[in-house]
Amino acid sequence: MSVEHASMRIIDGYARGDTDLAADEVWALEAHLEACRVCRDRLSTAVTAQAPAVAALVGTVWADLEPQLAGTAPMPRRRHWSARLSRWLTPTMVPWLAMVVGVTLLALLLDLADTGSGEVSLVLLLAPVLPVLGVAASWSRGLDPAYELTASAPRAGLYLVLRRTASVLGVVVPALLVGGWVTGVMVAQWLLPCLAFTATTLALGGVVGVTRAAAWLAAVWAAVVVAPTLATSRTTFALQTGGLPAWGLILALGIGVVIARRGAYSVLGAHR
Amino acid sequence: MTIGKEHHMRSAVSAADIAPTAYAWEIRATGLKVRVGRKRMAVDGLDLSLGTGVHGLLGPNGAGKTTLIRALATVLRPAEGSLELLGESVGGMGELRALRRQIGYLPQEFGYYKRFTVREFVEYMAWLKEVPKADIPAAVQRAVERVGLADRADDKMKVLSGGMVRRVGIAQAIVNDPTILLLDEPTAGLDPAQRLRFRELLQELGTDTCVVVSTHLVEDVAAACTDVVLFAEGRLVFQGPPDELASVGGPEHVGDSPLERGYSALLQGPKQGKGTW
Ligand SMILES: [Zn+2]
Repeated sequence: MSVEHASMRIIDGYARGDTDLAADEVWALEAHLEACRVCRDRLSTAVTAQAPAVAALVGTVWADLEPQLAGTAPMPRRRHWSARLSRWLTPTMVPWLAMVVGVTLLALLLDLADTGSGEVSLVLLLAPVLPVLGVAASWSRGLDPAYELTASAPRAGLYLVLRRTASVLGVVVPALLVGGWVTGVMVAQWLLPCLAFTATTLALGGVVGVTRAAAWLAAVWAAVVVAPTLATSRTTFALQTGGLPAWGLILALGIGVVIARRGAYSVLGAHR
Repeated sequence: MTIGKEHHMRSAVSAADIAPTAYAWEIRATGLKVRVGRKRMAVDGLDLSLGTGVHGLLGPNGAGKTTLIRALATVLRPAEGSLELLGESVGGMGELRALRRQIGYLPQEFGYYKRFTVREFVEYMAWLKEVPKADIPAAVQRAVERVGLADRADDKMKVLSGGMVRRVGIAQAIVNDPTILLLDEPTAGLDPAQRLRFRELLQELGTDTCVVVSTHLVEDVAAACTDVVLFAEGRLVFQGPPDELASVGGPEHVGDSPLERGYSALLQGPKQGKGTW
C-alpha cells in the first residue's frame, strides 16, 4: 500500500498555527496524523523548530503529568489464559468437561478390570452421551450466568454454538480415542454415535433448549440402550457395526436441522 | 476511505460516521406484540418511536418493561406487529449480526463470571460484540474509565460490591459504542453518589445515542431523561417530556413529587374518579 504523506508546508504551518491553512487541509492532516507515525514524528520536530513556545508549554504539561502517570497501573500486555480460553469454553464448562473426562477414565478402568459387564465395553456404551453433557453446559441458562448477554451478542448463534461444541469434542474425543484404542473398539463404532448424539442435541436444543434436549437424550439412551445392554450383557444392535448407517443418517439429519434453524441459537429460547 | 478496512485505516472520521442515516427513528414499533411463555402477551400492541436521547421507561412491576427491552435487544422476537431498529426490520429468525453490533444491553439479571477480572470480562464482551481486535484494549479501557472503575480494572469480579458489579454491567453495554443502548434497571444497587454519577453519564451518552432506561424510580427519570415512556399492561400510556408528565398530576394524586403524582394520575386511568380507592 503506497501512502501519501502530508507535505512539509502543511506540517510546518500546522505547527506554527498558521491561519492561512484551509480548514479541509487541517481536517485531512489531523485525520492522517492519527494513523501515521512518520508524520507525527515530523510534526514533533517541526514543533521544536518552528514553535518553541508550544514546545515549552508541552514540556511543562508533560512534567506535571509524569508523576501522575507513574502512579497509574499500565494496561497489562498479556492476558490471563482463562480469558483467552473463554472464547472457546465458558468458565462454567470447565468442571463439566473435567467430569466427562473423569467418567471416560472410570469406564475405561472398569472395562480393563472387566467387572461383570461381560463382553460389553462401557466406553462404547457411554461414548454417545458423554459429549452431550459438555454441549449442554456450553449453552445453558442454568449453567452459564452470562447466558442472556451471550445470546444478545452479535457473535451469538450457530457460530458460537459450533465453536463451543467443537471445543467439547476436542476434549472428549481424544479421551474416548484412548479408551477405544485400549479396549480395542473400532473408532467408527463409537465416533459416529457420539457425533450423531451431539448433532441431535443441538437440533432438538434449538426447539426446546439445549440443556433440556441433552437431559432427554441422555435419559432415552440410558433406558433404550444402556439398561438392556447391562441387563443382558450383550452389545445391542445399535452399537454394532450394522447400526452405523443409521447413525450416519441421524448425524446428517441433525446437521441439516441445526443449519435450517440457525436463528434459534441467538434468542433466549435455546438457553433454557 | 473504504468501509471494512478499519484495521489499517483508523482515522478521526470513518465512512460510517459521515454516511447519511437511512431512518427517521432509532427504534420504531408498530402494533408490536411480544409473547412470554405460551399465552401471555407481555407487550400487547405497542406503537412507539424513539430517537436520540435518554428515554425513561416507567411502569409498575409486571408491566412488561423487561419483555420490551428484551425484544429491543433482539433476544425475543415479535409475535405480531413490526419492530424496526436503525431502519432494519427485526422479525423472523435471522441472526441480525450487523444490527447487534450497534446495540448495547444490560439485562436486569446481569450474570458474570466471578473469576474474571473487570478488564477480562469487558474484553470478553467486546469480543462477543465483534469489536475489531485492534480496538478492543482501548475500547475496554475507555468503557471502564467512563464508569469510574479504572482503579479496579484488574480486580476479580468476585471481590466487587453490588454497585461496582452493576457498573461493570454498564461498561460492557457501552464497550462497542452502541447507537442503541438498553439498560434494564441499571441503578439497582447503586448508592446515591454513584447514582448521581450515572445520571451524568446517561446525559452524556444521550447526546448521540438512543438510550432506553427501564426503571421503577421516578426520580431517576426526572433527573436524567429527556423523555418519559409510561408503560402499563403491555401498552403505551404516555410518552413525552418529564414536565408534561408532571403537569398531569394534581394534589389529589398519590406521590411525593409532581412527577410521581403525574405517574399515579395516568396509571389510575380515567375510569376511576377522584377519591375512589
Ligand atoms: Zn504520513
